[in-house]
Amino acid sequence: MARTAVSGRLIWRVATLATIRDETATARTLSFDVPDWPGHLPGQHVDVRLTADDGYSTQRSYSLASDGGIELTVQKVDDGEVSPYLSSVLKVGDPVELRGPVGGWFVWRPTDTAPVLLVAGGSGIVPLMAMIRARQAAASRVPFRLIYSARTPADVIYANELRLPAGGLDVHYIFTRNGTGRRIGVADVNTHGWPADFEPDCFVCGPTGFVETVADILVALGHQPRKVKTERFG
Amino acid sequence: MSFVDGNALAGPLGEIFAVDVTVATSQCASCGRTGPLAVLHVYAKAPGFVARCPGCDAVVMRLVRTPEGATVDMRGCVTLRIPLPL
Repeated sequence: MARTAVSGRLIWRVATLATIRDETATARTLSFDVPDWPGHLPGQHVDVRLTADDGYSTQRSYSLASDGGIELTVQKVDDGEVSPYLSSVLKVGDPVELRGPVGGWFVWRPTDTAPVLLVAGGSGIVPLMAMIRARQAAASRVPFRLIYSARTPADVIYANELRLPAGGLDVHYIFTRNGTGRRIGVADVNTHGWPADFEPDCFVCGPTGFVETVADILVALGHQPRKVKTERFG
Repeated sequence: MSFVDGNALAGPLGEIFAVDVTVATSQCASCGRTGPLAVLHVYAKAPGFVARCPGCDAVVMRLVRTPEGATVDMRGCVTLRIPLPL
């Protein structure tokens, strides 16, 4: 497994779609076969490149959802050119170009010992789920707290896995379009996060506005900016 | 306009450099702020990548990839400190 910062120069590899699993009405998980996959750390991502017959090429980054294999969870409703193709057109056995794993900043290592706060907005749960799965796989006792903002309960990705979380993982949901839906606020982060005195590692992933809001709240609550790591979709 | 984090540069820069430069510390030429490349604000919908300082919004780095090569403009970056334990 590639567990160091020093890797080789990055190249595109051909990945083959192996399985498709529906997570919600709008999200599905694609698992790929990639020859000679070097392994990855939870939180890392890959770039996926599609090339049309006329040579036009486009690419997008996706977080790895899994601890071991290569699994990407894609929202069908995302704008752009790559997600609709991955979620609706690509069939089992089809190839795509992929490079990675990349990104050494937004990662959690099973050897880390600080308490962890994960804050997800929508499909921002994906890299955070990789951390939760790695924690479980390593039988780590590091206490995790997850605050997960989704539109409705039906939009919760990995709902079954999160329903009975492993010991030491607390899960709190915020629903933004469920009757009295509301956005995440200071009280949510204060009540369901960790006190800043505990110096937790905070990982925030979601749309740009969501990440901005949560990162500002965490810093206002006294967390050191360097302990608040963010991953925005744009 | 919406931006993403410097994390998004890991792939494009990984194509050029042998180490993960997103964990390297850069210093902004405009305001002197230091921090990992991973926290720069990256505008990816331009013809290339434009990475701006989260403190003062000045351009720290630009990266353009063409079929023939890559151009990295680093005039907004005073230094780049790369973790390289011996």
